[in-house]
Amino acid sequence: MKIHLSHPTRDIELQGPKRVADIFKELQLIPEAFLIIRGQDLMTEDEIVADGDSIEVRPVISGG
Amino acid sequence: MKCRKCPQRAVLGMPRHNTAFCGPCLTEFIRTQVQKAIKAQAMFSPDDRILVAVSGGKDSLTLWEILLKLGYRADALYVDLGITGYSERSHEKVERFARDVAKSCGSKLIVHTVEEDAGAGIKELATLVKRPTCSTCGTIKRYQFNRVAWENKYDVMSTGHNLDDEAARLLGNVLQWQEEYLQKQSPTLPASVEGFAKKVKPLYRMTEREIAAYAVVNRIDYLVEECPMAKGAKMLVYKDVLNRLEMESPGTKHRFYYGFLEKQKNAAASSNHSMTDIDQSTLLPCETCGQPTTAGTCSFCRMMTRAKNPTR
Repeated sequence: MKIHLSHPTRDIELQGPKRVADIFKELQLIPEAFLIIRGQDLMTEDEIVADGDSIEVRPVISGG
Repeated sequence: MKCRKCPQRAVLGMPRHNTAFCGPCLTEFIRTQVQKAIKAQAMFSPDDRILVAVSGGKDSLTLWEILLKLGYRADALYVDLGITGYSERSHEKVERFARDVAKSCGSKLIVHTVEEDAGAGIKELATLVKRPTCSTCGTIKRYQFNRVAWENKYDVMSTGHNLDDEAARLLGNVLQWQEEYLQKQSPTLPASVEGFAKKVKPLYRMTEREIAAYAVVNRIDYLVEECPMAKGAKMLVYKDVLNRLEMESPGTKHRFYYGFLEKQKNAAASSNHSMTDIDQSTLLPCETCGQPTTAGTCSFCRMMTRAKNPTR
């Protein structure tokens, strides 16, 4: 699967299928600080990302 | 995961409420929470004219959208900070929202450019006045939002500060024991003296993640990119710490900030001096611009003087 990340902007690949919760663990990210978006749709932590999917891991924290 | 209100697939789990919502139910939930905040903190009524401070980010554009969807009379102010690249991109997002969403609601966008006042963008200005960029930015934004709201006779000035912002700010103030700042950390600040607009934070009940989810679900086209000047900001460290606690114990941010508001309310009830009393006894018009200040000349005017005479 292809994963797009921000801050800094970069693209990485992981072997799928994987649960969203496991992607957070593997990337060592705190779920409270991110959203997972596939296409235009949000994904919850129990959903599966297939190997051929492209997702965005979008940070939600701003300097405020 | 299923939505807790209908049979649809959920798009967001909300552990602090032990619930999950599909897109339409999330939209309804968040708008209801904002309406509750407006009522609970006596922020404004449907007849009031509201000025929303917008940056192009998720919080401010979502706030503007929700207020318009709830039927409020909300215009917006964008302050162009002159940060190369970033300001152009954020300005574009705000203009697009104003054109595509706000205009049809009879709402308008006001733009103020920092370079017009200071002759330089925020980064150069901070260097000239020998202050951190974020602190310079804060002084300018607070001043301009208040000035535009006051001069244009808006009833209230509204910002997109959310639960994470308020909990992180509270943590910072408590860690430094800045008690004088604690008193000012309320979702509603009164128009206590001539020259001060009333200030409100209708998103204080929502986390950043919930607001970002609302923006994605409702196709609000916001700038995901972080301000380049915010890199290394203390607020980001406080937010990270609070989010780690939140993962261990959902509802931590909520309990921390709401608990503070409850204590603040009790303290105000037993005090003989309201915030308005204190402001009226400590604030006088700035000798240069007339806006309220505790000093003879306000911090904004002192900064502008230094920027124009950098050797002084």
